[in-house]
Amino acid sequence: MSISEYFQLLTNDYTLRTITLGTAVLGAICGMLGSFAVLRKQSLLGDAISHAALPGIAIAFLITGAKDTNILLLGALVSGLIGTFWIKGMTTKTHLKSDTALGLVLSLFFGFGMLLLTFIQKQPNANQAGLDKYLFGQAATLVESDVNLMIIVTSIALFIMVLFWKEFKLLLFDADYTKTLGFNTRFIDILITFFIVLAIVLGLQTVGVVLMSAMLLAPAAAARQWTNKLSVMVFLAAIFGAFSGVFGTAISASQNNLSTGPVIVLVASVFVLVSFIFSPGRGLLFRELRFRRNRNDLQLKKTLQLMFGIAQTHENISHPHAIKILNNFQGFTKKSLREMEEKEWITLNKQEWAMTEKGFNEAENLFNKQLEVNE
Amino acid sequence: MNSPQIEIQLIAAVVAVACAIPGVFLVLRKMALISDAISHSILPGLVLGFFITEDLNSPLLIILAAFTGIITVVLVERIQKTGLVKEDTAIGLVFPALFSIGVILIAKNANDVHLDVDAVLLGELAFAPFDRLILGGVDIGPKSLIIMGVILLSTLLLLFLFFKELKVSTFDVGLSSALGFSPAIMHYGLMSISSVTVVGAFDAVGAILVVALMIAPAATAYLLTSNLKKMLTLSVCFGIFAAIAGYWLAHWLDASIAGSISTMLGFVFLTIYLFAPKKGLISVLYRQKQQRIEVSLLTFLLHLNNHQELKERHINHLREHINWQHVKAKTVVDLALKNNMITIDQQIISLTKKGSDFTNTALEYIITNKDEKIEHLKEDFFLFRG
Repeated sequence: MSISEYFQLLTNDYTLRTITLGTAVLGAICGMLGSFAVLRKQSLLGDAISHAALPGIAIAFLITGAKDTNILLLGALVSGLIGTFWIKGMTTKTHLKSDTALGLVLSLFFGFGMLLLTFIQKQPNANQAGLDKYLFGQAATLVESDVNLMIIVTSIALFIMVLFWKEFKLLLFDADYTKTLGFNTRFIDILITFFIVLAIVLGLQTVGVVLMSAMLLAPAAAARQWTNKLSVMVFLAAIFGAFSGVFGTAISASQNNLSTGPVIVLVASVFVLVSFIFSPGRGLLFRELRFRRNRNDLQLKKTLQLMFGIAQTHENISHPHAIKILNNFQGFTKKSLREMEEKEWITLNKQEWAMTEKGFNEAENLFNKQLEVNE
Repeated sequence: MNSPQIEIQLIAAVVAVACAIPGVFLVLRKMALISDAISHSILPGLVLGFFITEDLNSPLLIILAAFTGIITVVLVERIQKTGLVKEDTAIGLVFPALFSIGVILIAKNANDVHLDVDAVLLGELAFAPFDRLILGGVDIGPKSLIIMGVILLSTLLLLFLFFKELKVSTFDVGLSSALGFSPAIMHYGLMSISSVTVVGAFDAVGAILVVALMIAPAATAYLLTSNLKKMLTLSVCFGIFAAIAGYWLAHWLDASIAGSISTMLGFVFLTIYLFAPKKGLISVLYRQKQQRIEVSLLTFLLHLNNHQELKERHINHLREHINWQHVKAKTVVDLALKNNMITIDQQIISLTKKGSDFTNTALEYIITNKDEKIEHLKEDFFLFRG
């Protein structure tokens, strides 16, 4: 399927349009709120909560007997919130660490949810089929009302985020300071957590329990590499998330037998990988280049120091010396000598070098500079 | 009880024990979530192994899957080492990606075989006894029982051989390298064991229950004891109990065995979490309340100590000065009275000798901040606790 065909399909095909819009909105809200989760070191909260939502879905179904998406999601939200606050309670009130608490809530809630789901399946109720779509997610089952719900929730989240931007930011980076300023940290904390859980629950139907954590994490982790500014990071993460949704849907639509959830996650992972390697500030590639440059620079200065030692013993600093008296190990290579000549530290004349005034001053000030920095 | 029933319970118990032992060390090393990551990311290894061998029962499958588990751990550590993201983010990035690859591989290539994501995630213990290992025409037993038995025996053997080393490297990495036990070898050894256990167990009980069986018994035991040997024993006991009780719960409800075993684990954990004698929620809350009142008492006595004027020491004035609610003020004053630290004479409170001794010792602690000053404070001065 070519790109133009895809766009044609996108404008004509109702299902594809709905799914694309849905995954894009989902990606955006996950990226946006995921940024907070990542920065609060709650990356795996998404994983735990998405699993913890399962018993809520099952219980909501058991109580109402209806398969209305909104009610099931409400159940998921409640059980997700219970899970979140239990994790918090466990880490503050006992000596269990957060990883243990997360793992416990994840596996125990999920197991309980499975118990309920299998119990429901045995019930004489023809209505129960399709509950397990929440396990693995089926973007194909998205309908317009689901997408509308996502858009509404995203707008509310956006509104709240703008409204409480200052508080969120402050709490994120300095919780103690926030408290001393008189903000109600507990309220802000619950507000952020509530919206993170809400985003997770919204995504369950589309990408499923297992992959939901990546939806939350990956765009934010990718965005983090490009900036040190929270607003830019949130914005970028939303963009990355939305594009993962759109690309993932497009790729999975172009092939048979390709479920949307995993493809979206893989696209998001590619975003992360590219950001890890190519981001200018923190990326591995540029970091390696910076390393090399610094190492070369250090080598040059070492040679200069060696020359300085020799030149110092002569009255005329620019007295020429033979190149071979320089130590071969930490002294020179042809390349480094040429580089030093380019910097006008030395002049080269066949097999001899002579220090310039500039080079002499540079060498003399090397250690002083170091002292200034230390002071 | 018929023989498949006994066998199912036996398999469940063996899996529980095999998971509980590495689980204890994972919990203590704060790496509990690695088990979650491994249990998901073995999927692509399994699928690849299946493509190579075309046989779901081949041992190569287990080896490849366990190897993927170790790759996951290494990948997580690599990403973490770059310093670009925190450790938990690294875990959260790696395993969904690997799991997605596995799901896509299955969807694209293995439509017609019995290898679906449901089975991997949830397992089905009820069918385990019917998959038998037949060697030379003799029926030895259910396959998963044999596999898990072998894994359990090797885990136990390694545990006995390297108990000391594991213990040291878990609690004090520095000491362990100084003594010459490489923490890296212990780390990767533990990771390999966990990986193999997860792979062996997921077939019977599914990926998620493996996580529950690894973390929950260990966490429950950790709430009861701080002794490694006791913790190991306790978590093994909890694991076995949950396995057997969970089986009967599932039998009764006619529901998933894996689900009801984790529900039992959750039930056991919740009970201990609430009622554990020292570290349980109720006793922690009680102790915090006690400490809060004792600190209030100290504040109150310090206030008395600072003021000689009668007006400042009048019982009604105190309440508004220190700004406590009525009930709290009464509790604190009662406690001080019971401990003979104050006397009340015509609504004027004065410190007794014991009261001022107590205040002085506490002051000394506040000034010097030396722990030995406060160590015996409670035994020396408190007849009744807050």
